[in-house]
Amino acid sequence: MFVVKYRKIFYTLSILLVLFSIFTISKWGLNYGIDFKGGSIIEVEYTGVRPSHDDITSVVKDSGVTSEIVVRPTGEKGYIIRTADLASSTMAVVTTNLVSATVGTSTVGTTTATSTAGATTAGATIKRMDTVGPILGAELQSKSITSIILVILAIVLFITFAFRHVSKPVSSWKYGLAAIVALAHDVLVPTGIYAFLGRSGGFEVDALFVTAILVILGFSVHDTIVVFDRTRENLKLDDHHKEAFDKTVGKSISQTFARSINTSLTTILALIALYIFGADATRNFSLILIIGIVLGTYSSIFLGSPLLVTFWKGQKNK
Amino acid sequence: MHYYMKKVRISAILLLIFGFAVLSFDYYSQVPGQGFISNFPFKLGLDLSGGSHLVYQADLTNTKTVDGSKDLDGAMESLRGVIESRINAFGVSEPIIQTEKTTIGGVEVRKLVVELPGVTDLQKAIDTIGKTPVLEFKIQKEGTSSDAVLEATRMEQAKLEAAAFVGEGAVTTDVSGAKSDATSSMISMLNSTSTTAKSTSTAVASIDYSKLYSDTGLTGQYLKSASVQFDSSTRQPLVSITFDNTGKEKFADITGKNIGKVLAIFLDGQPISTPVIRDQIKDGSAVISGNFTPTEAKTLARDLRYGALPVPINLIGTQTIGASLGENALKASVDAGLWGFLIISIFLLLWYRLPGLVAIASLLMYTVFMLAIFKLIPVVLTSAGLAAFILSIGMAVDGNILIFERMREELAKGHSLEDGIREGFARAWLSIRDSNLSSIITAVILYFFATSALIKGFALVFLIGVLVSMFTAITISRTFLLALGVKRHVGLAKFLFSNGVKR
Repeated sequence: MFVVKYRKIFYTLSILLVLFSIFTISKWGLNYGIDFKGGSIIEVEYTGVRPSHDDITSVVKDSGVTSEIVVRPTGEKGYIIRTADLASSTMAVVTTNLVSATVGTSTVGTTTATSTAGATTAGATIKRMDTVGPILGAELQSKSITSIILVILAIVLFITFAFRHVSKPVSSWKYGLAAIVALAHDVLVPTGIYAFLGRSGGFEVDALFVTAILVILGFSVHDTIVVFDRTRENLKLDDHHKEAFDKTVGKSISQTFARSINTSLTTILALIALYIFGADATRNFSLILIIGIVLGTYSSIFLGSPLLVTFWKGQKNK
Repeated sequence: MHYYMKKVRISAILLLIFGFAVLSFDYYSQVPGQGFISNFPFKLGLDLSGGSHLVYQADLTNTKTVDGSKDLDGAMESLRGVIESRINAFGVSEPIIQTEKTTIGGVEVRKLVVELPGVTDLQKAIDTIGKTPVLEFKIQKEGTSSDAVLEATRMEQAKLEAAAFVGEGAVTTDVSGAKSDATSSMISMLNSTSTTAKSTSTAVASIDYSKLYSDTGLTGQYLKSASVQFDSSTRQPLVSITFDNTGKEKFADITGKNIGKVLAIFLDGQPISTPVIRDQIKDGSAVISGNFTPTEAKTLARDLRYGALPVPINLIGTQTIGASLGENALKASVDAGLWGFLIISIFLLLWYRLPGLVAIASLLMYTVFMLAIFKLIPVVLTSAGLAAFILSIGMAVDGNILIFERMREELAKGHSLEDGIREGFARAWLSIRDSNLSSIITAVILYFFATSALIKGFALVFLIGVLVSMFTAITISRTFLLALGVKRHVGLAKFLFSNGVKR
């Protein structure tokens, strides 16, 4: 099987991807959203021509927001405004003034009226407004870390358990190790790409990103296990170890090749539909999942199983 | 063999009928006015329906110990009750109010989460909810008759039991009062002033209680304890309360001056009990006797306890989604689902041919079942939940593909078609089980550590999706494939059962 034969080429490719990711993550870091660091977000959409970027910034500033204000255009007629977390009263003033803001005006009207999301006055709609206090941010941070650790632990235990009977010629914990290398690769690379997108496209790390990473974790193992499972079965069939281990692995890869690609393909097709047609809220989520699943499939074929052969060669040369 | 074929075909037909039954349930339960099944509409989360989501942190540091214990769960439950009645007064349909306990950095944090579908006026919602609950004792106004006041109060709060304040140890069962002439004139006076209020909103209290009661200066902060007791002779539940030293004097003063009058207890501006003072009570220990059920007495005692000790709440997060955004998100998700399904179906048909068609049928059944499950549990659907559903449609094919690939191999080994199908299924099962297990682990952990409804929704749908797809891949696909009853592996059958690229 060519995969096993040319495994060093695939290793190199993976190492390059991982190095790229480590570079982007360490250089730019992750662009955390308000879920994590706390803050407020307002999305406003104007029915007519939208006011300029500067107009919006000054409207928000004049409404009593003292923190940094980040304004990004969204769609044809909208803006997304990010600030530090606002008191509900300030939020009300800001939204009222945003709704009444028109082209060329940066003056602010009365600051006593309350605002209503969804109400269309003066040609503008507040589509959503979110505020996350520091306590909720801290809660998400600690729960995200806990769940990532738990998922990894559970998966390692599961692999160890599933492959406990396989010991020849490569011991079962090495299957676990190979799966974990693949897993680390599948999580690191999308995170690195996300760091890059966060820098260039303003992609934010939020609760959905963590969810996507956890799903990728599950998927990566899912794919790797199918190939390992086949190796396990082929080893069992070949009781007397007539066949060299690298041949068995190669055979297992080619037997599961179509399946691995096809199941990932249907999942990716579903995700592409979600990316193109789906809600804005899940767009970045589907993109990161697509990247993760492509990588997960790649690593299960070109990384996880060839690693078994490398481990086997390593112990043979001792 | 012939008999067996019949059996398989009957199962396949039964499955189809069942599928259609579930499909019509999915459909007709969305159409209003269909009787019983109209009780199962899809439940949409705030991000799809529009509305406000508020998260409060309860500050329980000053929650004093009452009766020697610090029952935080009880305090939160009482707080929840207070907030619920405030929201009901606000007139929101199907609000969700729940308390949550979470640990952040080793510190236990109590949260109160409020979801108000359709409410987009955030500031008004915050103003309605945000006050700290207050317990007050109010005496009926000078020059009013106690019967009239009671009657008027009870018109509004029908659940209030007739009750009396008596000293500890005294037994009074006579809590009813004869209706006097003054009553009817009082009621008509109140009605004339409150008709406008009543017509605008039935949920908001239509009585202006300040016309009936005046403040006494006695509030919950002077209350030391409240508990349920039982009358030793009648076994009737009673609520016994004790005041601290300052409260004792105030209470003695009030009860001394107002024998025969109503000393109502207000929690958060709403009367929770309207006992009549029977005697002066000097020692600060009183009993509220009335025709309480044990539950009513328990609720009253609980509200007295925790109303006495206000639980301050701080707003720590809000989320408001406009109706249009939610509507668009819902429409987009449905579109994505339909397109996803279509593209996957085309792929399956082109690559796997006849078994591909079977896979599409089983995928359709999967979708129909999932929709029914969403309605029956019911699952609150969010944009993330719908994303999980669409993702799960892609993944649900996985089981079928594993089986088909196995089947193809078995056929290549020279097995007959039927044996090939059987072997394919049998061998694929282990792989399906093992590979789905990792997704199940992920889903379960995600569900328990989710901080938002969005992520919880994702995890739940993902979990259900994986479980249901294991069932549909195995049971439904196998039954349909066998029921087709293709006998020989030649000619057309060979073409239909082979796939993709020749290798």
